[in-house]
Amino acid sequence: MAGISSTQQYPQRTGLRASLRNQKYQERALSIFCTVLLIVGALIILFPIGWMISTSLKTRFEAVQFPPTWIPLNPQWHNYRDALLNPANPFPRYFYNTMYYSLSVMVAEMVSCAFIAYGFARLRAPGKDALFLLVLATLMLPAQVTLIPQYILFTKLNGINFLGLDWINSYTPLIVPHLFGSSYLIFLLRQFYRGLPRDYEEAGLIDGANYFGIWWRIILPLSLPALGAVAILSFMYHYQDFLGPLIYINENVKYPLSLGLQQFRAPFGGTVYHLLMAASLAVVIPPIIVFFLAQRFFIQGIVVSGVKG
Amino acid sequence: MAVRILPQGTAARREMAWFWFFVGPWVFGFFVFTLGPILASAYLSFTRYNGLRGNPRWIGFDNYTNLMDNPIFWKSLQVSAYYTVLSVPLGIFFSLMLALTLNQRVPFLGVFRTLFYLPSIMPAVAATLLFVWLLNPQFGILNYFIRTLIGPEGLIPLGVNGPNWLQDQRWVIPSFTLISLWGFGGGMLIYLSALQGVPTHLYEAATIDGAGYIKRFWHVTLPMISPVILFTTITGVIGSFQVFTQAWVINGGTGAPNYQSMFYVLYLFVNAFRRNRMGVAAAQAWVLFLVVLVLTVFFLWASRRFVYYESESGGRF
Repeated sequence: MAGISSTQQYPQRTGLRASLRNQKYQERALSIFCTVLLIVGALIILFPIGWMISTSLKTRFEAVQFPPTWIPLNPQWHNYRDALLNPANPFPRYFYNTMYYSLSVMVAEMVSCAFIAYGFARLRAPGKDALFLLVLATLMLPAQVTLIPQYILFTKLNGINFLGLDWINSYTPLIVPHLFGSSYLIFLLRQFYRGLPRDYEEAGLIDGANYFGIWWRIILPLSLPALGAVAILSFMYHYQDFLGPLIYINENVKYPLSLGLQQFRAPFGGTVYHLLMAASLAVVIPPIIVFFLAQRFFIQGIVVSGVKG
Repeated sequence: MAVRILPQGTAARREMAWFWFFVGPWVFGFFVFTLGPILASAYLSFTRYNGLRGNPRWIGFDNYTNLMDNPIFWKSLQVSAYYTVLSVPLGIFFSLMLALTLNQRVPFLGVFRTLFYLPSIMPAVAATLLFVWLLNPQFGILNYFIRTLIGPEGLIPLGVNGPNWLQDQRWVIPSFTLISLWGFGGGMLIYLSALQGVPTHLYEAATIDGAGYIKRFWHVTLPMISPVILFTTITGVIGSFQVFTQAWVINGGTGAPNYQSMFYVLYLFVNAFRRNRMGVAAAQAWVLFLVVLVLTVFFLWASRRFVYYESESGGRF
């Protein structure tokens, strides 16, 4: 048995060297092929954005002209002014509303999720694992199940003027639930906290600090990169939120950008595409800027929650 | 290992108290904004209630039996199922292919990654309006391409004219799928990091055993990233059953043409917030909940044979 295998192995070994060399050429060919494929793919993916920019700078006539012009003959920069500064669609106001909403939720989620995740990540108590499974289970829950009773709850709170706040036609009902954490972000931060050495608690306790002090003075400063990811994910999500404001906000001046943009289409019967594209592009730019500035945090956040999930 | 200053019992009890202090806000939020509403929603689904004035009136299973007799309800379920079957596998396929391509030795990895990810950060309303324009039957650029390439007087005169996309009964769901596929770079990030987590020694061993690219993908890559594929399948299915924004922006709740784009949650929303039929909508929400639950359990069950977990304990929680 041993004799047979050794005689068979010898020619295989010389073949291996040749095949490794062969493989190097194969790898180079594959790398070139992949690069070409990626360039073609990227052009297809980016084309709609390019077409959006192009249309936004055309006249109403040129936008629907055949054959289409790829680059506007005479760029109509005033399209942006016409689209955004029309008193019927106060985009600066929409922008302010969107920022108020998404930044409030962002701060609420950063504080609450960092606080809650600390408990789940680093403190021991009976029943903790079961409770955390419950956190994960709520991730699978379709939001529609809680949507209607929440809406009724907030209309009732509005009826009794609870805490002296407006609970309808206001962003309050869209912000308040986030003061109590969001499962997805709690999960993300917990994954990060668990990677920190346990010695911090030991040392802190010896120095006479309590767990709140340890969280506030040691863990929180150490987790700034993860908090960055939370901030970006939260901001990006609520910047474009549509369903929430559609349910609770019913006054044009209180609309966020998403509702303002959608409503912008209706009065023109969906035909004034050059102005629509100008407005859309303006709405798209802020998240793109945020993405480029904080890409690292963002990708990290998605990857941590996606892969380790 | 741990240095304990206080006696075991006291320290443990103190730690437990602090645990509840930290997770307390979540527990409160869970009761008020999740568990309470779930139960309230279950109760409402057995009542007639307009959500404005008066109290919910108990009507037993009427909302459910009426839904069973409602053709639009079945249509909405069918539309969402069709969209899910079309968009989830295609999305996973393209994301995975893209991740595999990026995982080869290609230059400018970061640039490509950013470019392909760009559509995913576009606000849904803006992206949808953009596609309404691109897919416009008369003036849209996509039909212009089709006409010039394979139209009756095109470069290759096959006589093919572009469909009416979002206005065509047969093409409306494929059009929605096209919109969702534009964001396929979103899944790529997750697959890419999963691929980078596959130990290289496995590939080396497979190569020495004479495995080519396809065999290495089939016997090393795919098993190693199978948990991630399962995760993205489940979240993808749940997400595609909840499509709302795109549908609302495109048809404003009508489900046009001929209810072929009456997505499940769209119909739910119309019943709840446009017709004030809270009880019916609550029943719809519960049916959705059960559908999602059954699908999730089914995927977890069906995947046992296909998904490979490196460590049995998982070490996840």
